[in-house]
Amino acid sequence: MSMLQLLQANAPAGRKARPRGRALPYLLSLPALLVCVAIIVPFVAAAVYSLQRYRLNLPFLRGFIGVQNYVDFLTDPAFWNTLRISLVYTALTVVLELLLGLAIALLLRRPTRFHNAVSIVLLLPLMTAPAIAALMWKLMTNPGFGILSYLVGLFGLTDFKWASDPSTALFTVVLVDVWVYTPFIMILLLAGLRSLPRQPFEAAALDGVPATFVFFRITLPMLAPYIITASLFRLLDSIQQFDIIYAMTQGGPGDRLMVFQVQAYLEFFQYTNVGRSAALLMILWVITNILSNIFIKNWLRLRARAHSQA
Amino acid sequence: MEHESLAGRIFRGVALTLILVFFMFPIAWILLMSFQTNEQILRIPPRLLFEPTLANYEALISGQLHTAAGNLEITFMHNLWNSLVLSSGAVALALLLGVPAAYAFARFKFRLGETIAFTLLSFRFAPPLLVLLPLSLYYQELGLNDTYFGIIWVYQLIALPLILWIVRGYFEDISPDIEHAYRLAGHSWREAFTRIAVPLAGPGIAAAGLLSFIFCWNNFVFALILASADKQPVTVGALAFVTASGIQYGQIAAAIVLSVTPTLLLALYAQRYLVEGLSLGAVKG
Repeated sequence: MSMLQLLQANAPAGRKARPRGRALPYLLSLPALLVCVAIIVPFVAAAVYSLQRYRLNLPFLRGFIGVQNYVDFLTDPAFWNTLRISLVYTALTVVLELLLGLAIALLLRRPTRFHNAVSIVLLLPLMTAPAIAALMWKLMTNPGFGILSYLVGLFGLTDFKWASDPSTALFTVVLVDVWVYTPFIMILLLAGLRSLPRQPFEAAALDGVPATFVFFRITLPMLAPYIITASLFRLLDSIQQFDIIYAMTQGGPGDRLMVFQVQAYLEFFQYTNVGRSAALLMILWVITNILSNIFIKNWLRLRARAHSQA
Repeated sequence: MEHESLAGRIFRGVALTLILVFFMFPIAWILLMSFQTNEQILRIPPRLLFEPTLANYEALISGQLHTAAGNLEITFMHNLWNSLVLSSGAVALALLLGVPAAYAFARFKFRLGETIAFTLLSFRFAPPLLVLLPLSLYYQELGLNDTYFGIIWVYQLIALPLILWIVRGYFEDISPDIEHAYRLAGHSWREAFTRIAVPLAGPGIAAAGLLSFIFCWNNFVFALILASADKQPVTVGALAFVTASGIQYGQIAAAIVLSVTPTLLLALYAQRYLVEGLSLGAVKG
C-alpha cells in the first residue's frame, strides 16, 4: 500500500480516457489478475501454516495451535539472534551503501563523457547475480590462494579467515553486499543530483557561500526524496537478504549470519518445521511493512519541503 | 564547481581510481583466473603474467572434467541452457500478459486495476520465501517442479510487476488524443493498441523486457526452492558445481564468467533505462 503511494505520488499525472467498453479493461488485465491469485493463495497458506503445528516429518501431529509458534519465539534465543543479526546487517549495509553511493554520485555529478562512462561501468556489480557475486568473493577470500587473503597477509594479517571466522564473517558478507548494491544507490542519486534545478547553486556561487554550507543546506535537502527512495528499496531488500549469505556460508559459521530468510529456509528444509518457518516469515513481513511505512511518511514530508524550497 | 583547485582535482582522481579498483577488480580477477590452470592459481605470490589456457572452458563446454580422482560429469552447460529457456520464456509470457494489462491500467480508471497493480507491487517487497515455501509443497505434489512451465510461471512474480509498472508509465506519457483520432477514422481499439500505442511505447517495452530478463537470469532463490535438479539455472547450478567439484578453481571461475556475461552485456546495452527500471519508475532517469 505504502509503496504504491510513493510511486503514485512521484509518477506524472497520467491522462485517463473516459471508460468505453466496460468489460475491456477487465479482459486485458485478467492474466495479471491470475498471477495475483497465484501469489495470494500461497501467501494465505503461509499465514494459516504459521498458526499450525505442522512438521513435514510428523504429518499426523498437524493441527491448529493458535499463536503458539509466535509465542515460542519470545523465549527462543535463536529467534532473537536472527532478529539482531538481520537488523545489524541491514543497518550496516544501508548506511555504508548510502554514504559510499552518495560520495560516488557527487564525484560523478558533472555529466562529462568520462563520468558517464564510469557510472555505466560501475553498474556491472549490480547486474551480477548476488549469489554468483558471493562465489566470486569466496574465490578471492580462499585461505589457500585467494588474492584478498594474500593481500591482507602482506599487511601482517596472515590468519584472516574472512567468512569462515565468526568474528569477520559479518564484515565479509557486508562487504559483498556493498560491492553489489552500492551502484544501485549511486545511480539513483546521480539521476537525482543531475535533475536538481540550477538556480539555487548559481545564486549560492554568486554570493560566495562556502561549499559545505551549500552541501548541507541546499544539496542534501533537495536530494532527500531520492535518498529516501533509494534507502527504502535497499532497506526492504537488505532485511530480506538471502542469496549472498546462503551462497557464502548458509548462515554460518554456527549461527553467526543467521538472518530471517536463511533461518526460515533451514527451518523448512532441514528441520521440516513448516509452521515455525511460516511464522518467522510472517514476522519478517510485518517488519518490512512497518519499515516501509515509516520511510514513506518521511518521504512525503521531505518531498513537500523540497518542493516548497525549489 | 567549474574552477576546481589542483588539490581538488587530485583528490577527485585518486578517489575515482580507488572506486573503480574496488568495483572492477573482482570481475577482472575472476576473468583472469578462468584462463589459468589450477597450478597457476595456487601459486603464491599470485602472478599477473601467465600463459593463458582455455582448458577450463573446454572442460565446461564438453561437460567432462578430468581430475586425478577420475572423471566428473559437469551439467553446467545444461544449467546455462535452462537459464536461457527460463528467462526468455518468462519475459515472453510477461510481455504477453503484462503489456495489455499495463495499457488497461494506463487508459481506464477501474478499481480492480488499481488493486492488481497494488497487490503485485506490495508482493514485490514481501519476503519471497513467504510465497515460495508453501508453493514448493504444491509444486512437488503437482509435479510442476520438473517442468519449465512451472518455473516460468513463478518467474512472473519477478517479471510482471516490472513490466506492468514501467510500461504503464510509458503508456501514460502518450496522449490518448492520438488514439482517439485514429479510432475516429474508423479503426478498432485493437488496431489503435497494436498500431499506435505499442509502437509509441516501444522503447519502454524493450527496456522492461531487457530488465526483466536480467532479473530472471540473476534470480537464485526461486529456482533453488522450486526447481528440480534437471531444471536448475546457472545461479543454482554454479553453487552446486562449487560443492561438487571442490577444488577445480579454474573451472569455477570459468563457470562464473559464463554465468554473468549475458547479463553484463545486456546491462551495458540497456543502461539508459536502468534507473527507471531499478526504481520501478519512482525515479525518472
